[in-house]
Amino acid sequence: MTENKRRSTEPTLSGWGRLSVPGREVRSEDLAALSLNAFLFRGLGRAYGDSALPAPGQTDVATTTLGDRLLDFDPVSGVIRAEAGLSLLDLNRLFMPRGWFTPVSPGTQFVTLGGMVAADIHGKNHHRHGCFGRHVRRLRLRVPDGRVLWCSPAEEPELFWAVIGGMGLLGHILEVEFSMLPIPTPWIWCESERIRDLDEFVVALKEAGPHWPYTVGWIDCISTGSKMGRGILQRGRFAETWEAPPSDPEEKRRVSIPFELPSWALGPLSVRAFNMAYYWKHVRKKQAGLLHPDSFFYPLDAVNDWNLVYGRRGFTQYQCVLPDSAGPGAARRFLTLLTSKGGASFLCVIKDCGAQGSGLLSFPRTGISIALDIAVRDNTRQLVDDLNELVIAEGGRIYLAKDAFTRADHFRRMEPRLSEFLSIREKWDPERRIRSAQSVRIFGD
Amino acid sequence: MKVVFLGATRGMGRALSRRMAERGDELFLLGRKESDLSTSAKDLEIRSGGDASVGFHLCDLEDPSTFEAALDKAEETLSGLDAVVVTGGLFGKQEDLEQDLPLTRRILNVNFTNTILFCEHSKQRLLRRGGGTLCVFSSVAGDRGRKPVALYGASKAGLSHYLESLDHKHRADGLVTICVKPGFVKTGMTEGVDPPPFAGEPDPVAMRVLSAIDRGAPMVYAPAVWGHVMRIIRFLPRFVMRRVGF
Repeated sequence: MTENKRRSTEPTLSGWGRLSVPGREVRSEDLAALSLNAFLFRGLGRAYGDSALPAPGQTDVATTTLGDRLLDFDPVSGVIRAEAGLSLLDLNRLFMPRGWFTPVSPGTQFVTLGGMVAADIHGKNHHRHGCFGRHVRRLRLRVPDGRVLWCSPAEEPELFWAVIGGMGLLGHILEVEFSMLPIPTPWIWCESERIRDLDEFVVALKEAGPHWPYTVGWIDCISTGSKMGRGILQRGRFAETWEAPPSDPEEKRRVSIPFELPSWALGPLSVRAFNMAYYWKHVRKKQAGLLHPDSFFYPLDAVNDWNLVYGRRGFTQYQCVLPDSAGPGAARRFLTLLTSKGGASFLCVIKDCGAQGSGLLSFPRTGISIALDIAVRDNTRQLVDDLNELVIAEGGRIYLAKDAFTRADHFRRMEPRLSEFLSIREKWDPERRIRSAQSVRIFGD
Repeated sequence: MKVVFLGATRGMGRALSRRMAERGDELFLLGRKESDLSTSAKDLEIRSGGDASVGFHLCDLEDPSTFEAALDKAEETLSGLDAVVVTGGLFGKQEDLEQDLPLTRRILNVNFTNTILFCEHSKQRLLRRGGGTLCVFSSVAGDRGRKPVALYGASKAGLSHYLESLDHKHRADGLVTICVKPGFVKTGMTEGVDPPPFAGEPDPVAMRVLSAIDRGAPMVYAPAVWGHVMRIIRFLPRFVMRRVGF
């Protein structure tokens, strides 16, 4: 991947982190036709790194966003089937007022169903409801040999569980059938609390888990010493009918960043100021009240194209999970390394994960997940290498949907399930008809 | 509102029909491909959230002999008719059309002759019921003679002209005719064409058209920015148009 050039004649395509490669999107309403000779499917392009970018030597990726029709919905059971390009934004807008919500939601609504399956996304309720893949009942796939087939935990289970979290490499996802979650109202009852340091944070997350379906923490990862990892813990649940206002939440207006900010805009000073402001904005130690679901689940969606604040060089997100077996000090060791290497992050998200799901390359496992944005600088690759070495030593792993810099050998060392995944890929796609920039970087082809 | 919709399976028609279904309008779909129609009808039924079923019937803008039967079926199923929306049409790049005159003929026929014939059928039915709304998608390409859309633009210029006349002629009879002029919108139809500045998305177009239908506005540019863009282009002198590439 190269940095963006100011003037370039060939079309380029990038992930959310804005690191670009030569490439372009091809779109069609007819996903079955679109998938026929496609190298790779792409949804709304919110994977941060190179998951949805063409492999070197290829240019076209097939974008699914025009294939977004609802195909079936059972208002009694909440089972829904839709084309893979349907956005979570659309799904929420239509179904939250009717008392249904996606069983698992990532931190943005600008994702497609196909992308949610391919990355086996997790959310604030991972400790309770697992990943999205757990709620998927069936998938309609264009497999690499050209056939279209259905797979599920009962039909072609081996293929099914490799597709869940398989980053779109086992077949192009055409349709997704999954179970929605019944909710009493679309409003959120949220309690938030200022937490003084990292160790307290890890304990508070684990304590909140059994009582709250949704938990997440935002930590300051600039401060060192006794203040390290201080932040705000949010615990939420859907409000009951007697707690919520009578009307549904209105669609939030979004502001836009009109142009790309200069790369120095997010320097150490502004990041430090932001982290401090975010912490002290929460004046009282504890707050509780009703929240708009968008403010709770998708705070960053309020700003369109917020990735422009990282300037022309873009950014990467580093997300890892540190297993409980690494002991309670693992998160502190991670942040200590990060701050010692100068890896300032705008905001850093901390979350306790529940048990590992059945998706073969699914990211979460029991432990603590930490996610942070890193503006791309000359030393970013080295920083990711150093963090990966620590994660390997702790027995953890990274999230492919965020990654742009991890080395193949590092990934192999963190992922004991990799060889099984690769042998299933070999079985279904011996000619490697489906490839991405990421698959070439991490799996070698 | 009881709406007959020609072109709801794709692009801007898909976005507009969804917004209509979501607010409770009763829809009947017309189009070329049965499987596509039934899938879109189901999508609209789920979106509407009610128990209302969305009917459909085959109707091909390339074959005017299909119009009568399709509109009969629509009126019968809806047991009434308040609006007819036409978003269907064909597009071709200027270079391709110049190389392929049979294709040019098809596009001119569909966008101009046959769309107008379909409007004439619809107009009669609406007038018989005391009026209603006829909303038809033309294009900004018909506003000014421009190099890259000489042929496609000509078909849309003729259509816009007809729609304006129709509105003048029948407004007093209760028939409101709306000419929608979308700018470049990223849909399956424009796939493969490099999007110019101000390229829009289908949903904002749908919202703007819906508001025009509710207000009875005779002409609407969508997305809104194209109104300003075309105001400038319409007044550019010929010697400028001859030089520029758009």
